Amino acid sequence: MITTKDLRKVYRSGGREVTALDGVDLHVREGEVYGVVGTSGAGKSTLIRCVNMLERPSSGTVTVDGLDLTALSGSEHRAGRELREARRRIGMVFQHFNLLSSRTVQENVELPLEIIGQDRTTRRRRAAELLDLVGLADKARSYPSQLSGGQKQRVGIARALAGDPKVLLSDEATSALDPETTRSILALLRDLNRQLGLTVLLITHEMDVIKSVCDSAALMRGGRVVEAGALTDLLATEGSQLARDLFPLGDFGSGHPGHTVVEVTFQGDTPAQPFISQLARTYQIDINILGAAVETIAGRMVGRMRVELPGGHQDNVVPIGFLREQGLQVDVLAANGAAA
Amino acid sequence: MSNTLTWDQMQDLMWPATWETLQMVGVASVATVILGLPVGLLLVLTDRGGQLENLALNRVVGAVVNIGRSLPFIILIVALASFTKLIAGTSIGWQAATVPLTVGAIPFFARLVETSVREVDPGLVEAVQSMGGSTLTTVRKVLLPEALPALVASAVTTVIALIGFSAMAGVVGGGGLGDLAYRYGYLRFQTTFMWVIVAELVVIVTVLQLIGDRIARRLSHRGGYRSPLGSLFGRSGTPSDDEPVAS
Repeated sequence: MITTKDLRKVYRSGGREVTALDGVDLHVREGEVYGVVGTSGAGKSTLIRCVNMLERPSSGTVTVDGLDLTALSGSEHRAGRELREARRRIGMVFQHFNLLSSRTVQENVELPLEIIGQDRTTRRRRAAELLDLVGLADKARSYPSQLSGGQKQRVGIARALAGDPKVLLSDEATSALDPETTRSILALLRDLNRQLGLTVLLITHEMDVIKSVCDSAALMRGGRVVEAGALTDLLATEGSQLARDLFPLGDFGSGHPGHTVVEVTFQGDTPAQPFISQLARTYQIDINILGAAVETIAGRMVGRMRVELPGGHQDNVVPIGFLREQGLQVDVLAANGAAA
Repeated sequence: MSNTLTWDQMQDLMWPATWETLQMVGVASVATVILGLPVGLLLVLTDRGGQLENLALNRVVGAVVNIGRSLPFIILIVALASFTKLIAGTSIGWQAATVPLTVGAIPFFARLVETSVREVDPGLVEAVQSMGGSTLTTVRKVLLPEALPALVASAVTTVIALIGFSAMAGVVGGGGLGDLAYRYGYLRFQTTFMWVIVAELVVIVTVLQLIGDRIARRLSHRGGYRSPLGSLFGRSGTPSDDEPVAS
């Protein structure tokens, strides 16, 4: 649905060049929620703004729903007619909501429809539908200044959906909101994704956002995508930085000298098997549990456990092999026998 | 020789002069707003990063505006005499004064428009662009409506400045209150009369400011509009941004 190829963006200011995007390839499938995560300055904001050409990439291409937007005319600050029409099929929500203070909630939602040129009656009806969808039917006549942050973002979402877009871009939509409001906005995005088959590309600096709504994710650092894929695949990938960030076990201590620390990750219904006690019984070893957590990621139950096995790595090849046979993913973190 | 004017005599002089001032300033104000608004918008849109970025044009317009604001009004009246005759059809009377008044006020108002429009959150323009809005759409749906309270305040400031400028219209026989205060009050030592006229001007200016503030406040839905004079007289509620207001 959204594909970027070798996307580059270089800013020039006062003779200096700053590379914000350094060859980004992104592929967002139709109907999925795709999250781009990274620290500030990683280039994720530039990336999402390049998708609807609010910023022109220096090179590379952006294709949305089969249309190459980079080929359409226009400058950074002024879009040509074809690009303007393409943008009408891409909704966008913003961190600071960007609602017009001079218009009521309903008039804000009607704005994209005015731009398309729909008549008053149609606009009214559509705005009422959308406000109902986001749960703000009773606020139609209020002004944005009378709403809370979460309500404002709901209006922002209703407005973004007015033109019946296939794609919704979310630029840190929950970053200005408190945790509880964040959850309700994310739940709304998830519902819209399921009900309307909407493809959502969102950027965030919060792993929690990725965890709670995304099907796929990309990790950005220094203008590059360092890791990307479906969350379930990432969690099953050994040494995945994203998986580790998504599922931090915290610093439970790295175990004792002469022991091997491993992390066991299980997905779906594998935890139904009592693998720890099986392991202990089969190999007659004492297992020390350092930490464990179970979470729901991308709608699936995922658990991770950090355990300490006696002896160095070579002593534990067989038990680790046993765990892998059970369909578990095992990462060896430290074999303290040799190092310590 | 200087026998004090009676109240009746004062009134006979004041009412025609008031009418002249109101006509002069009224016509000039309307013309200034109509002509100054596009100039102010042009200054914003053609600037660096603007939707119609054109630095050469921006500098030229900016320079013309600065020159216009630097010229003493009295010189403008004289310099524009033939242009005035062309536009107003006469070079004397209050009608003739409206032309230099307008020309002098356009750069003033244009700068105020520029400042007001720049205050509009660029995120709002971006939002409309992301919806597929054109430059004209962003001007009509975002820049003007969002800046409207500030634009009204700017217009009021301009009208009040025009009342001040209009005192010099006497040079072309434009009359008006300022001229009256100068000729009778100052040149003929009618100090009392001068103060009466000044008092009338204060009343006119205050009323204009109050009306303007009230309109600006009514137009502002941002929930925090305050004006220095308005807050002396009216109340100003400032609902907190993140607390929902029960309706």
